[in-house]
Amino acid sequence: MTTPAVAPSRLDDSPVSPKKPRGKRLLPYILLAPAVVALVVGMGYPLLWQVVNSFREYGLQQQFGAPPAWIGLENYTALLTDSHFWAVLGRSVVFMFVTAAVTVVLGVCLALLMKSVGNFARICLQVALLLAWAMPIVAQMTVWNWMIDQRNGLFNYVLSWIPGVDMLGHNWLVSPLSFFAVASVIITWAAVPFVAISVYAALTQVSGEVKEAAALDGAGGFQMLWRITLPIIRPILVILILLQMIWDLRVYAQIDLLQGFGSAGDQYDLLGTYIYSLGVGQGSFGMASAAAMLVMFFTVALSWFYVRELLKEDN
Amino acid sequence: MATKTKSSHTIRNILTVLVAALWVFPVYWMINSSFQSSTDINALTPTWFPFPGGTLNNYTAVLDPQTGFGSAFRMSIMVTALSIVVCLVFAFLAAVAISRFKFRGRKSFVVAIILVQMLPAEAMFIAQYKMIAAMDLLNTVLGVSIIYVATVIPFTAWMLRGFVAGIPADLEEAAMVDGCTRFGAFMRVTFPLLAPGLVASSVFALIQVWNEYALASVLLQKDSAETLPLWLAGFSEPSLSGPVPWGQVMAGSVLVAIPVMIFFLIVQGRMTQGLVGGAVKG
Repeated sequence: MTTPAVAPSRLDDSPVSPKKPRGKRLLPYILLAPAVVALVVGMGYPLLWQVVNSFREYGLQQQFGAPPAWIGLENYTALLTDSHFWAVLGRSVVFMFVTAAVTVVLGVCLALLMKSVGNFARICLQVALLLAWAMPIVAQMTVWNWMIDQRNGLFNYVLSWIPGVDMLGHNWLVSPLSFFAVASVIITWAAVPFVAISVYAALTQVSGEVKEAAALDGAGGFQMLWRITLPIIRPILVILILLQMIWDLRVYAQIDLLQGFGSAGDQYDLLGTYIYSLGVGQGSFGMASAAAMLVMFFTVALSWFYVRELLKEDN
Repeated sequence: MATKTKSSHTIRNILTVLVAALWVFPVYWMINSSFQSSTDINALTPTWFPFPGGTLNNYTAVLDPQTGFGSAFRMSIMVTALSIVVCLVFAFLAAVAISRFKFRGRKSFVVAIILVQMLPAEAMFIAQYKMIAAMDLLNTVLGVSIIYVATVIPFTAWMLRGFVAGIPADLEEAAMVDGCTRFGAFMRVTFPLLAPGLVASSVFALIQVWNEYALASVLLQKDSAETLPLWLAGFSEPSLSGPVPWGQVMAGSVLVAIPVMIFFLIVQGRMTQGLVGGAVKG
């Protein structure tokens, strides 16, 4: 910061003073300081450790005191030439797009539905969504795991009502595709409420007059949605899509818990569990750090467009 | 025409109630199963309603001191309370700074809090574990809270920024013209209008912390330091000693989920209002 050549002569901090006294200029920094310190301690230091160790040989030997050696980009090249890493990455990206897309589309549909029905039906749906949203992840997982239980689970029982279908005893967590479908359904179920309720709140801001005007000009239902409603809720939609993508790409707890309940093995890994098993399971902290750095890079690249939107709005 | 609109309206209403029933079903099933005897749970046909034939045995079994529920509950309360209070104060001050002041570094901070949310948290566990171990804070409330505060601040500050920005600074300036100091104007005019936003943000933060499983499993490995999610996950994993006691697992899930759900429903109206981005439209 530059110091003004002439020190302000008045010490009172009246808002009309043309030159702000020093205390006032410092105020925003003082307000930011606690949050910045908390972030540096809890995130900054670990991030630095991770960046540094992604360039070092840091395995089990280093855990027991051997000095980590600098190996440049070896961790990265090892990962980028590993077909297993690419398989996990591709799987995670597909999982993210499918889950985020279904979540946002369903959320918007439910919000539009809530906007178009009577109070009773709307409150029913709001309460149901809030209850689902409020469920802790581990409780969500235990309940769904119980519902798809192969022996006494409700899913197999109900599906077997369909003539000619006998699902009794079917294990949903064995085939990887079905494993990820289960994970995606659970995550969507839990994430739709946040989207639906936020979009509904935004929809209540769309003024009836604008809609009436559009209707007078001959706009049909679809045109109304596309030309009037969506542009007005666009800012909140952008934020929601960004958050869903980030959350679904780095999903960890649900996959880890499903693996604990059913099938462990690397064909059930997404990026989160992959990095974890690379680091904790195999003790290759250098490799795990490099993988984490790559994931970070992919995440930023994927959501760059949306970050720009957020910043635009902030201005 | 009128009857057609009316009947389509009825269909939409019925559809909405059906979707509601579908969405809430897992929650219902958790509660229903928690009241069933092990005979009913393991029967070939499911029992659709808890009564008649319901039992509280699952709950008494779960609340038995041997299961560790009580100590996990205390741990969860302490971790959540400490993290939320600290996070709210820090995030609120930061939100005021970025929405009420123009200063150098403002933009960098905004970019930083967006970027921090993109860091795959799981990737930093090892580093965070090493740091907390070096501070000798493994298996402590303080240790895990340090990381939780840092994890929750970005989103909370981002949300609060929206709420603070939604309250026109003109209101404060008017109060200052009437003789309030800047601080006084903020406390008397802006702060009360922010209450819904603060409630909404603290609910988000609370849910993230109360639910957190992955980091806790790394930093709190001792049984005596388990939070509720860790306790429940351990309780419901299949073991060699026999089938999963689903009734008890569901009773445990109900007990873990209930505190959050009650809190959530109480603040629900305010939260929906808060999500729009400000109590006052400028």
